[in-house]
Amino acid sequence: MGTEALEIAPPRTHYINVAYGVKSWLLTVDHKRIALLYLASVTLFFFLGGAFAVGIRLELLTPQGDFVQAESYNRLFTMHGIVMVFFFLIPAIPATLGNFLVPLMIGAKDLAFPKLNLLSWYVYTIGALLTVVAIIMGGVDTGWTFYTPFSTNYSNGNVLLVGIGVFITGFSSILTGLNFIVTIHTMRAPGMTWFRLPLFIWSHYATSMIFILGTPVIAITVLLLALERIAHVGIFDPQLGGDPVLFQHLFWFYSHPAVYIMVLPAMGVISELVANMSRKNIFGYKFVAFASIAIAVFGFLVWGHHLFVSTQSIYAGMIFSILSYAVAIPSAVKTFNWTATLYRGSISYNTPMLYAFGFIGFFIIGGMTGLFLAALGVDVHVHDTYFVVAHFHYIMVGGTIMGYLGGLHYWWPKITGRMYPEGWARFAALVVFVGFNLTFFPQFLLGYMGMPRRYYAYPDEFQVLNVMSTAGASILGVGYLIPMIYLIWSMRYGPHAPANPWGAFGLEWMTSSPPPTENFPETPVVTWEAYEFRPYEETEVVGGSGVEEADIPEPGPRTRH
Amino acid sequence: MADSHTASQYGLAHHFESMEQQREAGTLGMWAFLITEIMFFGGLFLAYLLYRSMYPNDFAAASSHLNWPLGFVNTIVLICSSLTMALAVYYSQIGKKRLLLLFLAITVLLGLTFLVIKAFEYYDKYTDHLIPGFLFDWEGPGNPQRVQMFYWIYFAMTGIHALHMIIGIGIMLVLIYMASRNRFTPEYHSPVEISGLYWHFVDIVWIFLFPLLYLIGAHEAH
Repeated sequence: MGTEALEIAPPRTHYINVAYGVKSWLLTVDHKRIALLYLASVTLFFFLGGAFAVGIRLELLTPQGDFVQAESYNRLFTMHGIVMVFFFLIPAIPATLGNFLVPLMIGAKDLAFPKLNLLSWYVYTIGALLTVVAIIMGGVDTGWTFYTPFSTNYSNGNVLLVGIGVFITGFSSILTGLNFIVTIHTMRAPGMTWFRLPLFIWSHYATSMIFILGTPVIAITVLLLALERIAHVGIFDPQLGGDPVLFQHLFWFYSHPAVYIMVLPAMGVISELVANMSRKNIFGYKFVAFASIAIAVFGFLVWGHHLFVSTQSIYAGMIFSILSYAVAIPSAVKTFNWTATLYRGSISYNTPMLYAFGFIGFFIIGGMTGLFLAALGVDVHVHDTYFVVAHFHYIMVGGTIMGYLGGLHYWWPKITGRMYPEGWARFAALVVFVGFNLTFFPQFLLGYMGMPRRYYAYPDEFQVLNVMSTAGASILGVGYLIPMIYLIWSMRYGPHAPANPWGAFGLEWMTSSPPPTENFPETPVVTWEAYEFRPYEETEVVGGSGVEEADIPEPGPRTRH
Repeated sequence: MADSHTASQYGLAHHFESMEQQREAGTLGMWAFLITEIMFFGGLFLAYLLYRSMYPNDFAAASSHLNWPLGFVNTIVLICSSLTMALAVYYSQIGKKRLLLLFLAITVLLGLTFLVIKAFEYYDKYTDHLIPGFLFDWEGPGNPQRVQMFYWIYFAMTGIHALHMIIGIGIMLVLIYMASRNRFTPEYHSPVEISGLYWHFVDIVWIFLFPLLYLIGAHEAH
């Protein structure tokens, strides 16, 4: 995209330079600034969680325990899971890209409750700090699942402190979800009907449903866990008449839908990327939109597939198995529709699209192996092996992080007003793709051959594949560091971005880059369908006063630069 | 919609187009919040139902030791407070400031009455050595361990409910302060209305807690 050929003057005042100083950031109620606060926080936790992953992969380089022993290894994988799941993956896309884009995409000035939005960041930060304190004091060794009665009676880690951290952070998710739902319901610009919403909004709506229905359940579960650890009454302790499987039910009632919290926003990003980068209306808009809702709804009915080897009845297991298969239907609808959108599209192979391609491939592999795991018989064989680890990393890392990075690159010009270096970015996307596959594909083989997860040592015959995995992890780490460096570099030195560098569709591209604090000079009136790509001459131009010539929006993209 | 928007309109936040939109957003936000509350309490109800069905006799024995007349009085107190809250919302809608203040104050008093009675109940449990995990000594019928589990669930559920009551009373006090400063008009009274939703919700939770904890199966133990 030859954007460097265009000399773009950035708007004189925008949301970043409208006020200066630490206080203007810490007390801001602007959703765009809060998104940047979240961006900084989750990036920090991403690299913290990554550091634990380095420890895990180093230990697994050799069959015996030489880097760390069992006790430390338990803490490494537990902290890796807790930091990555609760402090990176769950808030990653909704709290950063979602926070930034939901009001912009629907033509609103802000989220419905700006102060709650700021509060959610503080709640997140407090929970995160408590967890960091717990890590410094030695961490936890229960696994991120906190299974009882180990976590309540026997673990000598800081279960209580981490539990409180997770409990508190949950409320930031609830506030974000509540804010999104109310905003999408009540703040849409005139003419922005439900079926004109970008698919990113639909997927965030579905995500928010899970936030407000699921997160309170993990809150009460962790609270019960904490009380039980203090009082030892035995509510989850079979010795005292309690039922540890109750904990597993409550835990997975949230934590399975939480997987969809992670992947649904990424699907929203991919829908935007696929439609805009192939310059076509998305194939089957309503199907993709309702697939998001269907995934959120089905997501609440499948938690029992984590309990196939617990005391759960075989009949419950069969029902959960069938329902888990059902999730594949809306997931496949999305995948097929993205593919159909690409068909005869005018595809740009730029960085965001490379990540989108990566996402689709990884999601297919992660999703298909999910079907293996949903099958009762196969699951008993591969339960708690590296097959499971590989499967959920294909979704969480291959899905969510690819979507996150793709979205971050795609909206980076809008967020910062600067372009990132395209060459480096494509190179990094390639490194991530190679590193990711090398890290996690061998783990499918390891798991299928029977290597259990959560062990610091393993038989010699597994070493070759583990060395491959560790080598891949180091490549993957480099792949994540490169964007970190050039994105920060581009904030200062990147070329100025025009309002709509991609010729993309959507209200967020119809305001300047970066947008002003109130998002639009005047409330836009929407008279077009989503992704209604058509010749430029036919499109209507909105925005009007206060927008400089270079920033005049392009509702329908014209020629490619 | 947009033509009713004036920057100086009282009570309208900068990012809303109209009072109507702001009111809708606030109300929907509270409903969404109450859904999260239902799910939050839902985990406790699930634990209660599971153990009640696993150990019906022990739970009945433990339940019969609760002071149901006090629980009944508290139920009446809360139902009355819901009425006064509804009246407060009504008088805020028609702009009767003094009646609004009166009914908010009565609501606060009823809420406090509930908490005081609850405190007496808790104190009785303390003197009877029925504090699970710390001071528990059960001489009556049933397995003491299961009875302790009942009291554990009892304290978790009523404790979290009482916490909601305390927060509700705090909200009412803020409303009284705002109302006394003439902050509410018939055009702008959504804080009263939204707080009312919360108050009714907390009452309804008690309507479920009272029969589940105090009444079901209690007669079997006698």
